[in-house]
Amino acid sequence: MPRLEDHCWSCSCASRIETKHSSGANWLAHKAEEMMSIITSVLSNAYGSLHDVRTANLIRRGLVLFTVGAFLALVLNLLQIQRHVTLFPEEVMATLFSSAWWIPPCCGTGAAVVGLLYPCLDSHLGEPHKFKREWASVMRCIAVFVGINHASVKLDFANNVQLSLTLAALSLGLWWTFDRSRSGFGLGITTAVLATVFTQLLVYNGVYQYTSPDFLYVRSWLPCIFFSGGVTVGNIGRQLAMGGVEKPHMD
Amino acid sequence: MTLREQLREKISAAFYRHGLLCASYPVPIILFTSASILTCCYPLLRLPLPGTGPVEFTTGVRDYSVPSHEPQGDLGERPDWYRGPPVAYIQQVLVKAAVSPWDSSLVTVDVFRSPLGRAFSLLEEIRNHVHSDSSGVRSLETLCLQVTDLFPGLRRMQSVLPEHGCLLVSPGNYWQNQRELFDSDPDLLKTIQKHEPQRPAHLDLLFGVPGKYTGVSHYNKKKVVTYTMTLVLSRYDARFLGSLRARLKQLHPSANCSLRDDHMVHVHFKEEIGIAELIPLVTTYIILFAYIYFSTRKIDMVKSKWGLALAAVVTVLSSLLMSVGLCTLFGLTPTLNGGEIFPYLVVVIGLENVLVLTKSVVSTPVDLEVKLRIAQGLSNESWSIMKNMATELCIILIGYFTLVPAIQEFCLFAVVGLVSDFFLQMFFFTTVLSIDIRRMELADLNRRLPAEAGLPPPKPGPLRTREAPPPPRPSPHTITLQTPAFRNLRLPKRLRVVYFLARTRLAQRIIMVGTVIWIGILVYTDPAGIRTYLAAQVSDQSPLGDPGGGGLPPHLGVAPVFRGGDPTSTLGINPAPAPTPIPDNQSQEAPPPSVPQITWGAEDEEGWRRLSFRHWPSLFSYYNITLAKRYISILPVIPVTVHLSPQEAIETRHPQDTKHPPPSIPKVAADIQTDLTLYKVAALGLAAGVLLVLLLFCLYRVLCPRNYGQNGVTHGRRRRGDLPCDDYGYSPPVSEISPLLLRGHSMDIECLASDGMLLASCCLAGQIRVWDAQTGDCLTVIPNHGGCWEQRDGWESVSGAAETECLGSEAHGSSISGDGLSEGEGYPLRRRTAPSRPTLFTDQPDLTPLIDTNFADQPPSHLCTPPREGFDFGGLVERAYMEHEPPSPSAYPSPSSASSSPPSGAHSVWAMELRGNLIAAGRSSGKLELWDAVEGSLRCINEDGVSGITALAFLNNRIVAARLNGSLDFFTVEINKPLGLLQYRGAPGRGSMPPSPCYSSEDVISCQLTRSVQCAHQKPITVLRAAAGRVVAGSQDHTVRVYRLEDSCCLFTLQGHSGGITAIYIDQTMVLASGGQDGAICLWDVLTGSRVSHVYGHRGDVTSLVCTTSCVISSGLDDLICIWDRSTGIKLYSIQQEVGCGASLGVISESLLVTGGQGCVSFWDLNFGDLLQTVYLGQSSDGQGVRQLLVLDNAAIICDFGSELSLVYVPSVLEKLD
Repeated sequence: MPRLEDHCWSCSCASRIETKHSSGANWLAHKAEEMMSIITSVLSNAYGSLHDVRTANLIRRGLVLFTVGAFLALVLNLLQIQRHVTLFPEEVMATLFSSAWWIPPCCGTGAAVVGLLYPCLDSHLGEPHKFKREWASVMRCIAVFVGINHASVKLDFANNVQLSLTLAALSLGLWWTFDRSRSGFGLGITTAVLATVFTQLLVYNGVYQYTSPDFLYVRSWLPCIFFSGGVTVGNIGRQLAMGGVEKPHMD
Repeated sequence: MTLREQLREKISAAFYRHGLLCASYPVPIILFTSASILTCCYPLLRLPLPGTGPVEFTTGVRDYSVPSHEPQGDLGERPDWYRGPPVAYIQQVLVKAAVSPWDSSLVTVDVFRSPLGRAFSLLEEIRNHVHSDSSGVRSLETLCLQVTDLFPGLRRMQSVLPEHGCLLVSPGNYWQNQRELFDSDPDLLKTIQKHEPQRPAHLDLLFGVPGKYTGVSHYNKKKVVTYTMTLVLSRYDARFLGSLRARLKQLHPSANCSLRDDHMVHVHFKEEIGIAELIPLVTTYIILFAYIYFSTRKIDMVKSKWGLALAAVVTVLSSLLMSVGLCTLFGLTPTLNGGEIFPYLVVVIGLENVLVLTKSVVSTPVDLEVKLRIAQGLSNESWSIMKNMATELCIILIGYFTLVPAIQEFCLFAVVGLVSDFFLQMFFFTTVLSIDIRRMELADLNRRLPAEAGLPPPKPGPLRTREAPPPPRPSPHTITLQTPAFRNLRLPKRLRVVYFLARTRLAQRIIMVGTVIWIGILVYTDPAGIRTYLAAQVSDQSPLGDPGGGGLPPHLGVAPVFRGGDPTSTLGINPAPAPTPIPDNQSQEAPPPSVPQITWGAEDEEGWRRLSFRHWPSLFSYYNITLAKRYISILPVIPVTVHLSPQEAIETRHPQDTKHPPPSIPKVAADIQTDLTLYKVAALGLAAGVLLVLLLFCLYRVLCPRNYGQNGVTHGRRRRGDLPCDDYGYSPPVSEISPLLLRGHSMDIECLASDGMLLASCCLAGQIRVWDAQTGDCLTVIPNHGGCWEQRDGWESVSGAAETECLGSEAHGSSISGDGLSEGEGYPLRRRTAPSRPTLFTDQPDLTPLIDTNFADQPPSHLCTPPREGFDFGGLVERAYMEHEPPSPSAYPSPSSASSSPPSGAHSVWAMELRGNLIAAGRSSGKLELWDAVEGSLRCINEDGVSGITALAFLNNRIVAARLNGSLDFFTVEINKPLGLLQYRGAPGRGSMPPSPCYSSEDVISCQLTRSVQCAHQKPITVLRAAAGRVVAGSQDHTVRVYRLEDSCCLFTLQGHSGGITAIYIDQTMVLASGGQDGAICLWDVLTGSRVSHVYGHRGDVTSLVCTTSCVISSGLDDLICIWDRSTGIKLYSIQQEVGCGASLGVISESLLVTGGQGCVSFWDLNFGDLLQTVYLGQSSDGQGVRQLLVLDNAAIICDFGSELSLVYVPSVLEKLD
């Protein structure tokens, strides 16, 4: 009960006390964190050494990022499939979810890595990211990212070069609008290059296939998507890191 | 650079002027904006409504030509989509076959085996039909839609659907169009129903008519089988089709067939949304909502957060609508899927500007005028807004030059949306913001001047439900712990809106009305559509919807109406057309179905209407052809009637056919079949209804307070009023505390005094009781017997010392001089000075010439009977009191009760103070008595004055008494140790008094008048306060005087009030606040005598004043409690109390205020102005108001409650506050 009351107090005081990122400021992360905390508690029991707050925090953030990444991958994959198939009889849906099951986990892992790397790199470079640090901006960033994917799927371009250039411009615009940091740009480029190479390797080994490759084995817009994805996930990761840093302070 | 700055200045100035404009004329501007929004949205009305299914368009067959791609001006009714060739032409050959005459030797299987067998020969006929004329030879192969592979993943369908060839669908597909397979099939029904769970069923797909009309079952009483052969053609060749039609009619003439064949129907399909498309869409919308949520929650420091958030969302949404509307107006038809691009548009347009605006405006100085605030806020942000806008426009412009049509369209929309959003921000949102901020200030104004502002007094909001009939309480003397209102002052407003919504059930009504309107529109635009659509939802067996009904009048009445002449088709093949007549047919046909008749009704003309509207899209989707946003043309059916002889039927029998058991309960089964749909509809409707009710219920719960209308019975309005606290779903525990009732007085409590440990009270009867402030035990009782202190030993006395101060009462001092006695007897009545009306003494003569105002010249001598003024104040006061008694709200003693007070000699106590264990009581006769609070013994009496003592101040060893005649007497209390005698006339010895107010019972205490300031005030002294070595007296003569306690020297005369002084507060920090009958509150610097601030806060008298370190709290006759900032004198907020409340105030801690009300005391959070809880003192709370309230050191509150005293501990409140 005192907790509840505290909560109430803090709510009513919120207008006066200027807590920029109060505990309620990011309920999304909180909801996820609450769910994750159960898992983390199990994990930390298993590895007794992990009781360290920092580590637990890191794991939480990683899990949130993983979830976000996996979910986005699933959704965007659906979008990509629409590109080639216009109508979905139910039979296709069943095979869709079964065949490429490993894609979401892969993307989730990648998202977790990138999302954790961004704040880490920020702190190492000693230039903390201050530009538009709020959840509304992060949400906007995600929406634009999905929009870029949507555009790559839905728009009919004269040729692939045009499509790729447009997407590249959009991705740069995304970075300029929401990030504007050198480290973000560098990491985004690195992500894009590495992920493209990785995909090339996968496709080369026949694990996966693109219907009409125009850039070696994959589609030419893939790097753009990876770049914007990296920036987006980095944004989320930074925001999460901020919330994570502030939380112990509040406690 | 200079150019840039010039530009910046200009923009800023323009925005400033605009802000002034918006804030000055809010209503016209909002009206104008709404009008322009509506105007711009008007073209949207022409866009088709979503969710009406496929659309039809009918043309004649004869002059049919493939429509061209280019729009050809206005071609009458021709819809937009009717351009270019269709995806395919559908030619159906409707076959009705029956074995006739029906022979009793036939088994049920015969009903459909041989008719189905005929399909193969017909198929052969159609495939081999060749039309040759001058233009060449054409066969089906050249015209039909060639299909390739089935969609991968549809392996199961491979057996029934054709691949690599003409798309020709017939029941024969079940058997790969091979007669041999058909003949050797032992169980036809099993084969057919193998794929039944498919949806739409294969049965429909292959038979071309809904399953229940095919007649292929054991329970077919009509003995007629209906099926179609569906030819899908890619090109339209009238001559070939004509020859095919003629050929088939010639082979199988349909005698009574009068089907019209002059219309072809074009069906346009909307884009389908499947799960795959839905998931990304839903995701984007979720992200959008998250974005909106995170954005709007940043709005803060405004009157109504929700209102502004709503306004922000409305701004964005209507700008989008406006952009779509404008684009439509200028001929740009949206080809993009609106639902898909919508979230991105919102994200592009964004809510940032709105938030920036709000933040900027609320950060302007609060004390400015609203107009100026808005203007300043706008101009502060003008540059960034313009910069952002320009950047966005540039980006969009770049996007426009990508020359990709879709992106161009998006950019166009975005540009128009951005501009209209800017327009709305500037006009709509700014105005709403100004209204909001004005409301915030108006709310304060309302409270300050309710009547003057011409506004109705604010309804008793949730916070102030004091007056009301007291809520029935579970047990007497319990504290109903209010759910703590940990919320700001602005909460009630918002809640009132919620309450309003809840009370009028506005939300539900709007939803209902909206639903009704929506349904109405649907029905209006599409008379047959709704029902067919619903039916199609229930089971895919219903016919294709008839949505575009407006375009084809001839078909409007077709589907549902049972045409005349059809009833005769009882045994007739009941093909697609006859929907309703099934039961009729059965009942009519049941008796002797010997000769199945094949009839053709008007319904057969468009048998495909009975199919699910997804029939065609799904057929084409199997071949990866989408019909979304495209159309197909359905050609008139070719009717074929086949009569088979019983011999034929028997010949085609399979050996196993006869083994089937005869149909046992055909009728029931048929009934079941037909009823099943009905049941499904009913169940679905019921489920939907329940769901709707649940949804409404949830909405209701969300919108309404939790226990709206429920707990109201048990907890009354107060309970309901506190519901605001449940905003976050938190319902605090209800803890009940009983106030301690101290009983003993026979009459109403008049004076109350406490020094923290002890508590002294005096009732109208003159009886003084001393209580233990901790336990509530009565320690001593001092009866009123006219100053006969000899009898005091008759009363038990236990311990402690108490003293009471009665500020509100006028003591009638009795002086030694004889005339004082007679005067004293003249005033048995008492009146409270604090709320005395300004009009009381208007008729008073001007006494200034009689009074020597030169106080400094007066020697500090003991002038017991000064040269008194020749005017009898007593008579004046009495008269005034008699006249004005009724209006005083508190329970003053009536003359009769006053007369019952002890007779002469036993004068009632008008003022009381308690310090140490000495009670100083000032009596109406002018006598000052000192009592031992513990023993109840009279220690000292001073009768130097004759005028009643109206107020007493007891500080250290000094007692200051204010008398009715306006004089101030300074007494010194002295203690003479050794003497055991009661020496009330002890010699005046100065300075021997120890500062500590502890008096042992052995001490001889004397009270010496040290100085009497005659005519300290020209009118009666109403308030007397002492602190920090100063004595402050406020009087009816509009002045406050500050005296030094030591030498009775008048330091300052503070002038500034335009009415009598009614309340004074002074504390150790030398802060002096005074309130007067003019409603003004003045803050003074006691050291310099200068006025620090002067504010008007009340419409009537200021009844009490309390200060904390940061604020000043005042209450007035207008039942308003105002909280002022102490340093600046700015009113922080005010609390409207109920009528008759709020005369008594107390501050428990820095942030906890307690006020007395009708039978209750209320605790308020000073920081937010929230009612924390209300404690009821007794069962019958109305009538008895709490007039005096003392806050003890141990956070207890003592207040009078009629003839009782209430001791209330508030531990729970304190815990929270600390």
